[in-house]
Amino acid sequence: MPELRLLGLKTRNLAPIDLHLAPGDLVFLSGPSGSGKSLLLRALADLDEHQGEVWLDATPCATLPAPEWRQRVGLLPAEAFWWYDRVGDHFPTALDPGLLDRLGFGPEVLDWQVARLSTGERQRLALARLLALQPQALLLDEATANLDPPNRDQVEALIQDYRRERDAPVLWVSHDPDQRQRLAQPMPGLSGARRLIIRGDRLEEEEPCAGPEGHTLQAQSQQGRPQPGRAGSWN
Amino acid sequence: MELIHLSPLDLGLAASLVLLLALLSWRLHLGVEQRVLIAALRSAIQLSLIGLVLNFLFAQTSFAFIGLWTLIMLGVAGWEVMARQKHRYRGAWGFGIGTLSMFLSSFSVILLALTLIIGVEPWWQPQYLIPLLGMLLGNTMSGIAIALDNLSRQAWEGRGRIEARLLLGQSWECAIRDIRRDSMRAGLIPIVNSMAAAGLVSLPGMMTGQILSGSPPMEAAKYQMMILFLITAGTGLGSAAAVWVGSRRLFDHRQRLRLDRLTGPAP
Repeated sequence: MPELRLLGLKTRNLAPIDLHLAPGDLVFLSGPSGSGKSLLLRALADLDEHQGEVWLDATPCATLPAPEWRQRVGLLPAEAFWWYDRVGDHFPTALDPGLLDRLGFGPEVLDWQVARLSTGERQRLALARLLALQPQALLLDEATANLDPPNRDQVEALIQDYRRERDAPVLWVSHDPDQRQRLAQPMPGLSGARRLIIRGDRLEEEEPCAGPEGHTLQAQSQQGRPQPGRAGSWN
Repeated sequence: MELIHLSPLDLGLAASLVLLLALLSWRLHLGVEQRVLIAALRSAIQLSLIGLVLNFLFAQTSFAFIGLWTLIMLGVAGWEVMARQKHRYRGAWGFGIGTLSMFLSSFSVILLALTLIIGVEPWWQPQYLIPLLGMLLGNTMSGIAIALDNLSRQAWEGRGRIEARLLLGQSWECAIRDIRRDSMRAGLIPIVNSMAAAGLVSLPGMMTGQILSGSPPMEAAKYQMMILFLITAGTGLGSAAAVWVGSRRLFDHRQRLRLDRLTGPAP
């Protein structure tokens, strides 16, 4: 049962953080851009220098070789980078085709050229690339930022199932208040989500913004970038 | 064929051609006359001085003194490698990586050449050691400078790709493998090209010099072949060492990409 514990984790912009994610926990993280959300995730994946310690179950990060830690605590960065020409070369050879199928791709996608992928396709395939390694905990940096609603729903469902099936704790940076609200509701077999927000240099619980439409819209305006694909839902 | 000595008058005649060029530049308003004259004067002074120094040096038999001179040559070459980097390594590494790689490659290759191939007695006889080392260092320096520049520049620009590979649990060696290979190749291309063109397009400087000083062309060609092989080996070994140490330095003990160890705008 994987659980993630942050003990006095200190990154550049934030005060030391103590945080506990029990197995299967979902924690949303939001805050103004530049407040250090991505840096926090990078520190958790041990990609940046940091003070304090992170534990996965009984294993502190520093005692595992870094590549093994990053394989167990999988980070999906906001921007998906690819280094070979062919999509399939980025995946392990023994790949469960069901994973691609759940994201709306057929097996032929492995032969596609990376250069011809759209931004959304890159983002979904990067998630597949990460999940194919079966990390025990997930760190998601705006996993659905470039997706249209059907694809966004697919990704959300996939991540919820990953939580349910593997008891994986998930720390998810999301700018989308609707998404945070939607997934905060408990579902069959799944607990709801905690929502944290960065104010100044601290993490605080986000106030519930359920209720009148006006609230949602106000929260929406905090977003860094508009999402034209979603505007329809308020009309 | 005897060595024909050049008199001051001969040199003056050649220099008057440069004066003519400067005059032409002045008449045609090319605006380079001053630069041409200064450069010609500089080369005259530098070459006269080095002639005097070599004259003095070749009369030396002390190993310590000649050794010191080779270290000065190495230091200048190491400085030059550093100066050619767009993103330099911070601290002593900037100077150290190139210098160490050249020391390992050039000095071991030249030791091999002088003891086993040419068989000079003693092997540090300056008439052989200094010019051969000069040629070797000059070429190795270019190769290493290109390889290191390639490495640091590609790491700088490819940060996202390298970190994406690290995030998927790849080791640092795996994440930088393609860039390493590419940098090695870039460092070797100039010497491979010059081997391919040797003799057909250009007569290399050393061979020309030997022919002018009266050596039979075949002997000159054999020396040229040897020096080309030595340069190739030295450049290859040097680039490999520099790329290995340089790429290792780009990652820390937790296998994080550390671009802050390079100069340039903060990543």
